[in-house]
Amino acid sequence: STEEEDFHLQLSPEQVSDLLRAGESSHKVLDFNNGVPNSVLRFESNQLAANSPVEDRQGVATCVQTNGMMFGIFDGHGGHACAQAVSERLFYYMAVSLMSHQTLEQMEEATENMKPLLPILRWLKHPGDSIYKDVTSVHLDHLRVYWQELLDLHMEMGLSIEEALMYSFQRLDSDISLEIQAPLEDEVTRNLSLQVAFSGATACMAHVNGVHLHVANAGDCRAILGVQEENGAWSCLPLTCDHNAWNEAELSRLKREHPESEDRTLIIDDRLLGVLMPCRAFGDVQLKWSKELQRNVLARGFDTEALNIYQFTPPHYYTPPYLTAKPEVTYHRLRRQDKFLVLASDGLWDMLGNEDVVRLVVGHLSKVGRHKPDLDQRPANLGLMQSLLLQRKASGLHAADQNTATHLIRHAIGSNEYGEMEPERLAAMLTLPEDVARMYRDDITVMVVFFNSDSIDTYCKEG
Amino acid sequence: SSVEQKMANYSNKLYHQLEQETGIQTGYLRTGSISLAQTQDRLISLKRINSRLNVVGIPSEIISPKKVAELHPLLNVHDLVGAMYVPEDAVVSSADVALALASAASQNGVQIYDRTSVLHVLIKKGQVTGVETDKGQIECQYFVNCAGQWAYELGLSNEEPLSIPLHACEHFYLLTRPWDTPLQSNTPTIVDADGRIYIRNWQGGILSGGFEKNPKPIFTEGKNQLEIQNLREDWDHFEPLLSSLLRRMPALETLEILKLVNCPETFTPDMKCIMGESPVVQGYFVLAGMNSAGLSLGGGAGKFLAEWMVYGYPSENVWELDLQRFGALQSSRTFLRHRVMEVMPLIYDLKVPRWDFQTGRQLRTSPLYDRLDAQGARWMEKHGFERPKYFVPPNKDLLALEQSKTFYKPDWFDIVESEVKCCKEAVCVIDMSSFTKFEITSTGDEALESLQYLFCNDLDVPVGHIVHTGMLNEYGGYENDCSIARLTKRSFFMISPTDQQVHCWAWLNKYLPKDSNLLLEDVTWKYTALNLIGPRAVDVLSELSYAPMTPDHFPTLFCKEMSVGYANGIRVMSMTHTGEPGFMLYIPIEYALHVYNEVMSVGQKYGIRNAGYYALRSLRIEKFFAFWGQDLNTLTTPLECGGESRVKLEKGIDFIGRDALLQQKQTGVYKRLAMFILDDHDTDLDLWPWWGEPIYRNGKYAGKTTSSAYSYTLERHVCLGYVHNFSEDSGEEQVVTTDFINRGEYEIDIAGHRFQAKAKLYPVTSFFTHKRRKDDVELSDFHGK
Repeated sequence: STEEEDFHLQLSPEQVSDLLRAGESSHKVLDFNNGVPNSVLRFESNQLAANSPVEDRQGVATCVQTNGMMFGIFDGHGGHACAQAVSERLFYYMAVSLMSHQTLEQMEEATENMKPLLPILRWLKHPGDSIYKDVTSVHLDHLRVYWQELLDLHMEMGLSIEEALMYSFQRLDSDISLEIQAPLEDEVTRNLSLQVAFSGATACMAHVNGVHLHVANAGDCRAILGVQEENGAWSCLPLTCDHNAWNEAELSRLKREHPESEDRTLIIDDRLLGVLMPCRAFGDVQLKWSKELQRNVLARGFDTEALNIYQFTPPHYYTPPYLTAKPEVTYHRLRRQDKFLVLASDGLWDMLGNEDVVRLVVGHLSKVGRHKPDLDQRPANLGLMQSLLLQRKASGLHAADQNTATHLIRHAIGSNEYGEMEPERLAAMLTLPEDVARMYRDDITVMVVFFNSDSIDTYCKEG
Repeated sequence: SSVEQKMANYSNKLYHQLEQETGIQTGYLRTGSISLAQTQDRLISLKRINSRLNVVGIPSEIISPKKVAELHPLLNVHDLVGAMYVPEDAVVSSADVALALASAASQNGVQIYDRTSVLHVLIKKGQVTGVETDKGQIECQYFVNCAGQWAYELGLSNEEPLSIPLHACEHFYLLTRPWDTPLQSNTPTIVDADGRIYIRNWQGGILSGGFEKNPKPIFTEGKNQLEIQNLREDWDHFEPLLSSLLRRMPALETLEILKLVNCPETFTPDMKCIMGESPVVQGYFVLAGMNSAGLSLGGGAGKFLAEWMVYGYPSENVWELDLQRFGALQSSRTFLRHRVMEVMPLIYDLKVPRWDFQTGRQLRTSPLYDRLDAQGARWMEKHGFERPKYFVPPNKDLLALEQSKTFYKPDWFDIVESEVKCCKEAVCVIDMSSFTKFEITSTGDEALESLQYLFCNDLDVPVGHIVHTGMLNEYGGYENDCSIARLTKRSFFMISPTDQQVHCWAWLNKYLPKDSNLLLEDVTWKYTALNLIGPRAVDVLSELSYAPMTPDHFPTLFCKEMSVGYANGIRVMSMTHTGEPGFMLYIPIEYALHVYNEVMSVGQKYGIRNAGYYALRSLRIEKFFAFWGQDLNTLTTPLECGGESRVKLEKGIDFIGRDALLQQKQTGVYKRLAMFILDDHDTDLDLWPWWGEPIYRNGKYAGKTTSSAYSYTLERHVCLGYVHNFSEDSGEEQVVTTDFINRGEYEIDIAGHRFQAKAKLYPVTSFFTHKRRKDDVELSDFHGK
């Protein structure tokens, strides 16, 4: 009704903040993990939807058996099914990949004898209410096949982290693709698997263990590191390359993988085969399978319309696969000056550059830090406390956002072309009708991971 | 509410004697409390509470700002218009009370395992058998989930998850160091709801917290021990409450801060706590979601729950707190997070009649929702379902949401008047799809046999007849009040109030024979229900069906499947839940839009228009149709509300509650539902009745109202309420006879002002109304849902 529209157009600053804060969460990590100092101090995240329902996913989990922490951002397209599946399952694949031969043997033995499994993950941020509850036993079966194959490799110490990331990404993608090719009894499972395979998701996952930071990326999510040099100056260290049409290396890879005759048709209008922005992604079997395979699978009587499956054969489709989930893995050894890691979906990077992001995080940190009344140092009476709080309120310094990720999203959608905050613009962007929102902004998911410089120092001293 | 008042009152008495009983100091101190009013509206709200406290024997009074200043020397009273003083209110230390209760329990043989966490509850064949803890298994017959903010997750951890809708918000309170010269220990506790704060003495200093406008929900993603240890103080967040505190008590400025405590509290979707038995697992009880009133309600809540477990029923009607008022539909984390952000500030917001929640809306809707919305529908929500309140005409403006909060005549008065008029003179259509609808069928006679036992009215009626009947408990009280249509010899269609979806389902499943070929199905979602009310409904329907619809062909309380427009298989029932002539149409949802469009287009020449629940409510209350959940509950019997004709006492058929009713028939009833017509009440200028207003008979307190509405026909307010006969000497309840009712002079107390009222035991059919037809009166229709 018109009354409601009027109401929305006049969002108060508080309402704007409520909307922005709705998806935020922050989490302080324990100083020690199994007696080992934790190099991660805390992480903060937030998500703002443009699609309805939102297609981005995020997750944070600890590998219980090997002590690493994993942070993942997943940007779905063509529905959220693939992003949901990847965000739930990839962490398990990764954790299993890192397990030692001995641990894998225990897992296998437990499964064999129907005993409780060793805990694999401890979720610190679960991707959300699972829609795949009924399917998890199938997923567990496939995970088991994976660890059985790892067992066959007879590697005492398990894979290296880099190998583990490579394997998990590709293995999960291949499982997603195979699950729907295999006959599935249950209709719900079948339909879900089909939706997963026929939608897509890019993924960016960071693994932190002590000073070892690995980032695996497939697609156009991005990870950057905020670095403070000894002279106090801040800089940005990108840890990923966007896999899209503007990436020369990706263009040459594609050309290398396909016959020369297709050179001109691989990228059309800056999209892979004219269809997809990222040129690496999970799912999207329309760009991976042969036409025959797609026909055969869909011919098994799926109600593609009801399942919302976007069925198409792109033009110039000669030598599939055109798309891969193989990640690009970067390694960085954490130093004292590495202060924080920002992982975000392309919705953020469309609006803000790497340097802007570092600048905003640093600005936010200093504000939050500088103006915190410190009760330990100075016993305050109520009157003094009140005037201090009122000063902070008046100067707007306490910034509605305690959460760094919220601060980034606020600026991403509220800044004009000169990088200045425009409250009207911010309110307008937040009140876009559902069907229009996606034209002005994408789903935005941001995760900021702060490192504990003291723990990192300890590691460095130990050599 | 009154049951919460009773719980608080019991807790107060319990804590008072606890120290003596256990020898453990509880810090119990009778300080009294003062609730401040900064506005006239707040004062009205306090006066209403004051009226109710007085009649249940809790001393309280409305006092002037000057008196406030005398009772509490440090308060700034310049901006106050009045206050309520409750001298017997007390403070205790919650930790010490818990300790005392635990020790008393231990003395009586209870074993307490501390530092033991419950992993999950063991269930066999729908019955609790034990608990799996991190230290092993414990066998038990009963389990009470009182895990506070973790109750939600514990409920979900069952194999068959139990939805316990609650969510935590951070809650901040301030502790100060002692004053140089401490306040007297009996200085009253202050509640400044307009300032959103409470203030009490604490170890020579003060303790003060509040319920801010912008709460911070927490633990949305569930239990996380790391977070609870790291809950941070948030001074910036606390600033508005601190400023409010210093405005109220300026002298506090120099007091030193001890600390700001962040202690999350749990809130529920409707601001009422959650107690009762799981609808699916026997022996699984819940008590959680105290909305920050855990200490004051805890003692009474524990008593009621104990009664529930031991006797099967608590001694008070606790439906408004019953777990079964919720279903799985309220268990979404997103819904809970959004809703509690609204609920927490509401604790100190002004509570006015007809308040609707703004968050968590548009969850269940009829297929006509968009059509009705476009025509100006304003919505209210029940059990997640959107229902139209009234329709704002295109050229009419209503007040903004905040301004429309009033205890007086509301801004929609004229709108509803024209809808009521249209129901009386032409025809209106109301979308009533939210009703709970069950179908019960069997291959043999099991359906009839079982239903005869479960319901108090005779259901062995010819096919096509509709019966109004109660579903009673063994004490003869209403567990549900519904209409049942006999579709065929072996199948029945049952219509119950919207919020009965979980409770009635659980009740039927408990009592229907197992392992029989009886089929019970919830078909609520399958039908859209349209109520065509008014004298011209018959014309609209006969034009659309080419079938005669006059009373000769289609008598009252009759059900027939027929075609309406192009759509076939529409269940048409000659009843309207209001006593007005008309029909209910139960339409398979895919036909809903078609039938609605046809009805509206054909109805045009008969003056059809949309109407909402406010019109329906006015119509049914003026006809003395009681409403389950408000006027009827588990502690009221058909005999107490004039429903004897709907009970098959004389037919020799056994049913649940029969013995109790026979007994009651012998001894007489101790309370009687009556209808009150306010006499000297000025609709424009006086405060409107709501519910819970004390009823005075010959100047003596005799009971409370249960609902009220303005009757546009009588041009008077009508209240329903129970009249008791309290003995003058002992206060004991005595038998209430028709004569007793008729011979009284009545007054209704609205916020301290008494209005004269006439009591009626039967609806007023003649003295103001006109143009009535003989067969219009569905005398036996006794509910409105």
